[in-house]
Amino acid sequence: MSGFLVSIGYARWVLTALLVLPVLATAAVLLVPSARIRQVAFWGAVVEFVLSLGLWWAFDPTIASMQFETAVPWIPAFGIAYRVGVDGISLFMVLLTTLTVPITVLGSWHYIKEKQRGFYALLLVLTSGMIGVFIALDLFLFYVFWEVMLIPMYFMIGIWGGGRRLYAAIKFFVYTFVGSLLMLVAILTIYYLVGRETGIYSFDYHHLLVNIAVAQPWALWLFLAFALAFAIKVPMFPFHTWLPDAHVEAPTAGSVILAGVLLKMGTYGFLRFAVPFFPETALDPTVAAVIVTLAVVGIVYGALVAMVQPDFKKLIAYSSVSHLGFVMLGIWAVTVQSVEGAIVIMINHGVSTGALFLLAGMMYERRHTREISAFGGLARVMPAFAAILTLVSLSSIGLPGTNGFIGEFLVLVGSFGAYPWATGIATTGVIFAAAYLLWAIQRVLYNGEPQAENASLKDLSARELGLLAPFIVLILWMGIYPKPFLERIEVSAENFVVQATAAPATPQFRLAARPGEDDR
Amino acid sequence: MPVDLSTPSGIAFALLPEIVLTGWALLLLLVAAWRHRGADDHRLAGHLALGGLVATLIPVLWLWRASPQPEGIALMVALDGFRFAASTVLLIGAIFTVLLSLGYLGRERVIVPEFYVLLLFATLGMMLMVGGNDLIEIFLGLEVMSVAVYVLAGISRRSGSSAEAALKYFLLGAFASAFLLYGIALIYGATGSINLTTIAFQLGDGRLVGTPMLGFGIALLLVGFGFKVAAVPFHMWAPDVYDGAPTPVTAFMATAVKAAAFAALIRIAVVALGDAITVWQGLVWWLAVITMIVGNLIALAQRRLKRMLAYSSVAHAGYLLVAVASGTAIGAAAYLFYAFAYTLMTVGAFAILASAGRDGESDVMIDDLSGLAQRRPWTALAMAVFMLSLLGFPGTAGFIGKWYILSAAIETGQGLLAVLLVLASVLSAGYYLPVIMNMYMRAPVEDRPEPGGVYDFTGGARTVIVSAALALLLFGVWPNRLLDLARTAGDELRSNVTMFTTGDSRIGD
Repeated sequence: MSGFLVSIGYARWVLTALLVLPVLATAAVLLVPSARIRQVAFWGAVVEFVLSLGLWWAFDPTIASMQFETAVPWIPAFGIAYRVGVDGISLFMVLLTTLTVPITVLGSWHYIKEKQRGFYALLLVLTSGMIGVFIALDLFLFYVFWEVMLIPMYFMIGIWGGGRRLYAAIKFFVYTFVGSLLMLVAILTIYYLVGRETGIYSFDYHHLLVNIAVAQPWALWLFLAFALAFAIKVPMFPFHTWLPDAHVEAPTAGSVILAGVLLKMGTYGFLRFAVPFFPETALDPTVAAVIVTLAVVGIVYGALVAMVQPDFKKLIAYSSVSHLGFVMLGIWAVTVQSVEGAIVIMINHGVSTGALFLLAGMMYERRHTREISAFGGLARVMPAFAAILTLVSLSSIGLPGTNGFIGEFLVLVGSFGAYPWATGIATTGVIFAAAYLLWAIQRVLYNGEPQAENASLKDLSARELGLLAPFIVLILWMGIYPKPFLERIEVSAENFVVQATAAPATPQFRLAARPGEDDR
Repeated sequence: MPVDLSTPSGIAFALLPEIVLTGWALLLLLVAAWRHRGADDHRLAGHLALGGLVATLIPVLWLWRASPQPEGIALMVALDGFRFAASTVLLIGAIFTVLLSLGYLGRERVIVPEFYVLLLFATLGMMLMVGGNDLIEIFLGLEVMSVAVYVLAGISRRSGSSAEAALKYFLLGAFASAFLLYGIALIYGATGSINLTTIAFQLGDGRLVGTPMLGFGIALLLVGFGFKVAAVPFHMWAPDVYDGAPTPVTAFMATAVKAAAFAALIRIAVVALGDAITVWQGLVWWLAVITMIVGNLIALAQRRLKRMLAYSSVAHAGYLLVAVASGTAIGAAAYLFYAFAYTLMTVGAFAILASAGRDGESDVMIDDLSGLAQRRPWTALAMAVFMLSLLGFPGTAGFIGKWYILSAAIETGQGLLAVLLVLASVLSAGYYLPVIMNMYMRAPVEDRPEPGGVYDFTGGARTVIVSAALALLLFGVWPNRLLDLARTAGDELRSNVTMFTTGDSRIGD
């Protein structure tokens, strides 16, 4: 397989192709007759996924640095270039994105009836934006993708959302916008500090990372600006209040994308930018104590609030707050195990929570309500649905044998040495997760005879089974044989730990010549 | 190519665009005197004005390209890229205004061919302002511009609010001119000169910088310009005037007039008062902060589209003041880029508003845009582009402009100002987004044939909207050429100073 990939020069064009293809598909969606829109969007997304699958084989798990790097000058006057590349962290984020998109297209097949053209066009533009965020190695480019992604999501919630969609859409937009603009100021500050010191003004990630020591006097403020942008996106307690609104009001596709991909951008930002840039500040005992406390509060609070939600989608939304808390804990424990675990949870959460939102969407399509109390006894009328919901819930709880177990286990084991108390409290989050999810599926699936309205519900169609299948395969595969995943993550996780804990590097003012470099 | 500015032919060469425009405006005045009755005459005058502006743009671009080097000491006229770049922005603003007015004035039955004569004279005044290397020339340019714009604001004779706008603008404008003139007098008293280069030379050794007379002069100068650019707390006239004036005139005032006043302010600040930066930087800093915050907060409370745009232009004056506060070449370059982007997006938004309603459009509410995306998808799309660009969203020229201003602030170590700017931008999301929200996310109001008005697009308005939206997207993604032009022009502003001051110091020895 890798021989074939090398022969077609896959490594050179794949990332660019992944960015461009959804844009072309968008154009196609805008031009084809209305009856064909869904097919075009679906096949465009499938081609994108197949294209990205090559990354799995072409990726060299022994290299810690970026792979598939490309650099083309964009605005040379300011040292801005189109620089992209992936490592073991972004690899899986890209794959998760390309996998999620075709599934959401299928999931919206009947759900989106009005303005289909706009919906699928936005979904595909969003795909480009998400891929861009995960592969950008130029801070300006990263910022552009980070912001551009906001617009399609804003429209998706605002146009195709539920009753309080306008409120949810603007809240989602403004929260993210506040954080990201402060991050822009921080990016520019780093750019000028490094540029003045080295004489090379560039937004190149590597260049800034190598010379970041000159920004030390401002490190706390710069770190806070990055951390706020990412903490809102994660979302960390107490910046999470946009999430339940956005999740509940968004159409199924929006919720799946939000949970599956968008929430990962916050933790990805911490792993890629905030912590490697300012390791001393990030791991400063006070800062770390604050973040770990917030992470643990998020874990427990998210779980407790999820427990009392009458609305199934809101329950899943709060469970996200809880799960992402584990990721933050894992990142801040900076051991190889905990960071690996954090990345695995990021993947798991995309898979399990994405699947849960799809299932919630299927419930809603049948009954037009998301109230848990409106259901009951579904196991009898919808056996396939019941089986899948149970499996996905168990994966979300972290039952051994499912993917959820691997990630949470690694995080808890890896974090215990650094934060025994926090880890101990976080463990209760797993127990609460079992409580709220098992209680929820009990009320939905069992609880005696089905109510009259539910007695004649149709079980899952072939389309619905088909779109859930990839998630189920991943849940079991990652739960039983996670080695292929872990070995691709491991070197990058080690690299992250080294970056974060190594002694402060002395500024290096010489930049090794890199292809396509074109700086002032 | 070297130009000797001490000879009449040299001066004539340097002032070629202004001479062309003056001649054309005078000719148009004659034409308007003979033919001023029907709609045909009105259209003729409009097309002639368009021709005049394009005919002026050609020598501007030619001179800019040829980049003539002044020999000897520049007395009144600056001959640098900054002047030509700023003139280009102004002329584009004026051309857009004429295109908008062609159909609009006919529709509003304001058949006054002199409208275009006044517009040309206003543009002439602005070009003198941005090209003046002398406080008196700048003042004269400002007055030529202001007098013409006072009349333009009241051109709609049947409208009471238009007359009110004109009177208000006139009274406060005259007031501002007095402040400005007094400031100029005090600066003359402190430095013994009205020539920007000479003032810079006088301030060069730092002895005069701390004197109260200079301080008062600069403060009064800032008050005068503060009125002209509608900076808070000198903005009180702006919303009423912008609201009452005919919409194309409002667009003209919000873009070209503001851009011209800023260009003159930046030239004075960077060229003449560059060494006295400690005196004025703090003042401009506070002006910028208050303008951004207050402008955005009041805009947030507006329900009418025209008034919202008026206050948003106050907020944008605050962003431009951030560029001024940096007091550097990069600040001047950031101003040039931002002024260009801002002109496009503001004129575009006003063009859609002008096509939306009747009788000055001051009654078009933001809620009236409900469901516009369903009825007029292309109009809604263009409006969305303008709003996102005003918000400073990546992918539009507005973002590159804002980013450039942030760069200027951060480069000069004003991180706090940059942070305040982005926080103010967040506020602005609160009124730009509802426009998009209404257009795309609400159903149309059923009891009206068309939401918010008739959307009667004339050819001119359509040209403005389409070209502005396309240019904003193009320069948002590929700003290289424009950034280079702005940067070179900004650098030339500074290099002129150093060239002349070093030259002068040699004479002084």
